Amino acid sequence: MELINAIILLLNYTILPALTYGSQLALGAIFVTLIYGILRFANFATGDMMSFGTMFAVLLTYYFQSLGISLGVLPTALLTIPFAIFMMIFYMLTIDKFVFSYYRVKKSPPVQLAMVSVGVMFVTQAIIRIIIGPFDRRFLDGEKFILKATEFKEMTGLSEGLTIKSTQVLTIFITIVVVSIMFWFLNKTKTGTSMRAYSDNEDLALLSGIDPKRVVLITWVIAGILATIGGTLYGLDKSYRPFVYFNNMLPIFAAAIVGGIGNPFGAFLGGYVIAFAEIFLTYAYKKFFAYLLPEALEPNSMVQLLSTDYKFAISFSILVLVLLFRPSGIFEGKKI
Amino acid sequence: MKQYSNVIAAYSIMIILIILVGVFQSWSIALTILNYCLISAVMTMGANIQWGYAGLINFGIMGYTALGGLAVVLVSVAPVEEAWRLGGLNMMICIGIIVAMIYSIRYVLKKIDKSKKRNYLIASIIIIGLLLLRIISTPAIESIESVEPAKTGYLGGLGMPVLFSWIVGAFFAGGLAYVIGKIALGLRADYLAIATLLIAEIIVSIIKHEEWLARGVKNVIGLKRPAPYEIDLQTTPWFINLVEKFHSAKLELINSVTERQDALNQLVIDASSVYVKLCFAGMFLIVVIILLIVTQKALYSPWGRKMRAIRDNEEAASAMGKNVVKEHLLIFVLGSAIVGIAGAMMVTNDGLFTPGSYRPMRYTFVIWVMVIVGGTGNNFGAILGGFVVWFLWVEAAPIALFFINLFTSHLPETNEVKIHLINSASYFRFLMVGIGLLIIMRYRPRGILPEKIIKQ
Repeated sequence: MELINAIILLLNYTILPALTYGSQLALGAIFVTLIYGILRFANFATGDMMSFGTMFAVLLTYYFQSLGISLGVLPTALLTIPFAIFMMIFYMLTIDKFVFSYYRVKKSPPVQLAMVSVGVMFVTQAIIRIIIGPFDRRFLDGEKFILKATEFKEMTGLSEGLTIKSTQVLTIFITIVVVSIMFWFLNKTKTGTSMRAYSDNEDLALLSGIDPKRVVLITWVIAGILATIGGTLYGLDKSYRPFVYFNNMLPIFAAAIVGGIGNPFGAFLGGYVIAFAEIFLTYAYKKFFAYLLPEALEPNSMVQLLSTDYKFAISFSILVLVLLFRPSGIFEGKKI
Repeated sequence: MKQYSNVIAAYSIMIILIILVGVFQSWSIALTILNYCLISAVMTMGANIQWGYAGLINFGIMGYTALGGLAVVLVSVAPVEEAWRLGGLNMMICIGIIVAMIYSIRYVLKKIDKSKKRNYLIASIIIIGLLLLRIISTPAIESIESVEPAKTGYLGGLGMPVLFSWIVGAFFAGGLAYVIGKIALGLRADYLAIATLLIAEIIVSIIKHEEWLARGVKNVIGLKRPAPYEIDLQTTPWFINLVEKFHSAKLELINSVTERQDALNQLVIDASSVYVKLCFAGMFLIVVIILLIVTQKALYSPWGRKMRAIRDNEEAASAMGKNVVKEHLLIFVLGSAIVGIAGAMMVTNDGLFTPGSYRPMRYTFVIWVMVIVGGTGNNFGAILGGFVVWFLWVEAAPIALFFINLFTSHLPETNEVKIHLINSASYFRFLMVGIGLLIIMRYRPRGILPEKIIKQ
C-alpha cells in the first residue's frame, strides 16, 4: 500500500508534469532542429514565433467565445489552432521572403543568418506586444480536470491523490499524433525524403532535381504547424505570456542540441530528457521517502537535490555537459 | 583628416541629437541618456573586440555585465560583521572544498589514463564534494540570511572604494570568460552563441537565488558613489553660489526676496542632479577614451593583424604557426573583461544592484545590435553604435507616440485602435531596433562605420 502511494505521488508530481512539459519542449525542439537542418541556421526567433502563433489562438478563442462557439468539454483553443497555424505559416513565409531568402541565395555564413534571426526576434516581439500586450492571459475553457485528487482517493481508497488535468492528456496525446504524422511524412513520403536529402547534402540534392524552393516552403509549413501547436499547448497548460515564451527558447535550444541538432527524433527525445531532468532534480522527495522508509529513518529535510529556482539552470548544465563530452548530441546529429 | 570625415560627421550628428534632447526635454534626461550611451559604448567595445577582431560570437554579455555589477556589491559595501561571525567560516570552508575538488579532478585527469576507473573516480569526487558542500553550507546560509533579512541578510562586501570595483569587475568577468572559453571555444560559431547565451543565464540565476552572496532578487540599494550626493550638494555654499552666479540674470528679474529664494532653491535642486550626472559622464568618458586608445593601438599592432588573419582564414593562420586556440581564448577573456567593467559602471551609476533586471533581451541582444549597426571591427563604429541604438531605445517611445498621433489625427480621441496604439507606444522600440538591424544587415552589412584597414 505504501509503495503504491509512493508511486502515485511520483506520478502525480513528477512523471505527468514532466511528460507534459517534455512534449511541449519536444515540439519546439523539432522546430529548431528542422530549421537548423534544412535552412542551416540557429533560429533565435523560435520562442517568439511560437508566441506569435499562440497569440492568434488566444485572440480567436476570445472571438469564438464571444460568438458562443465552443467544443463543450474540450478547450475552444483546439478549434482555433488550424486558423492560427494558417496565420503563423503566412507570417513565416512573409518573413522568409523578405528577410531570410536573400541571405540563403547569397549563401551567407550561418552566423549571419542567426544574427538576422535576432532582428526577426525583435520585430516579432514588437508585433506581439503591440497587438496583444505583455500581460498574462488564460484562455483555457471546458473541463479542467479529467480526474480530481478527491475522486481518485474515493475510488481507490489510497491516501495519496492523483490529479489528471485535461491539458496534460491533451498535450501528450496531440504531441504523439503530430510527431508520428511528421515522422511518417519525413521518412515515408517522397517530399519528406527529398527534404532529408536536402538537409544531408544540398548540392547533391540539387543535382538530383530537388526543387529547393519547395523544400524551403514545406519546411516553413511544418515549422509553423509545430510552433503553433507547441505554443498553444504550453499556453493552455500554463498561461499565455509573451515574455515566458522568449525564455522557453532556452530549454528548447538545449533539448535540440542534447538530441543532436539536425536530428528530429533526437530533438523529440531531447525534450523529454530536459523536462525529466528539470523536474526530477528539483522535486522534494521528503514525502516519497516518508512512504517508503520506516518511521525511524524518515528524512527531516526536504530531500531536494536543487532548489526549484535552478530549474532553467539544470537544462543549461546538461547542455554544457553534452557539448563537452558528446558535442554531436546524445542521439548523434550533425557534426559541430 | 579626410578619411575621418564620416566619423566626425556621424559623431557630430549624435552629439547634436543629445543636445536637442537637452533643449526640448531636459538637461537631466539628456545626461542620463549620455551616461547610458557611454556605458553601452564600453559594452559594445568589449563585444566588438570578440566579434570584430576575432569573429567570436558571444551571446553571454548579460552574464559578464551581471558579474561586473556583483563586483561593485562585493567590493564597496561594508561587511556585515554579524553574518560573517555566524556563517563566514563555513562559507570559506566551502570555497576551500570547491578549490580542492577542482584540483583533485585535475590531478586525476593528469595521472590516470582514460578508463572506466577514472570516470568513476571523478564522479565520486564530484558527488562527495557536492554532499559536503550541501552539509556545510546549508546551516551557514540559513544563519546568514536570517541576519536582519529586511536590511542585510548577506555577507556584504569589503568596504573598499567603489572605483576599485570596476577593475575587480573586469577580473571577475575575465576569469569567468577563461573558464567558459576553455569549455566552449572549440564549438562552431552558432553553437558557441547558444552555449554562451545559456551559460550567462545560469550565472544570472545563481546571482539571483544565492541570497547570502548579494541579496539576490531582494536587491542591494544605496551603493557607494564616486560622485557627491545631490542632498549634500544642495547645502554646500560654493555650489549654491555657483548656481546663483550662473543664473544671476534670471534671478535679478524676480523682485520679492522669498520668491527669489524659492526660485534659487529649485535651480539648485535641478543643478545638483545635473552636476552629479556630469561627474559620472566625465568618469565614463575617461574610461571610454582609455579603452579606445588601447584598443586602437592593439588593432593596428602586429597582434591586431594576427587576430584579423585568424578571423579571415583560421586554417591559413594556423598553418603559418599562429596559435589559434590561445589567441581566441585571450581575446574572449579581454572582451569579456571590458564588458565586466561596463557592468560595474552601470551599477555604480544606478546606485543599486537588481539581479532580477538582467534579461538577455536588454543586455545581450541589444548590445549585439549596437555592434552590428555601428560597424564590426571598427572601434569608432562600435562606440557610435552604442550611442545610436541606446538613443533609439530610449527615445523610441516619444518618437512612436509622435507618429501615432500624426497618422491617427483624423480619428476621434475615443477610437479604440488609437487608444490601444498609444498605450503600446513603448513597445515600438523593439520594432525600431529590429527593423534597424534588419536594414543595416541587408544594405550595409559592415555597419555605419565599416572596418578600415590601414596599409602600413
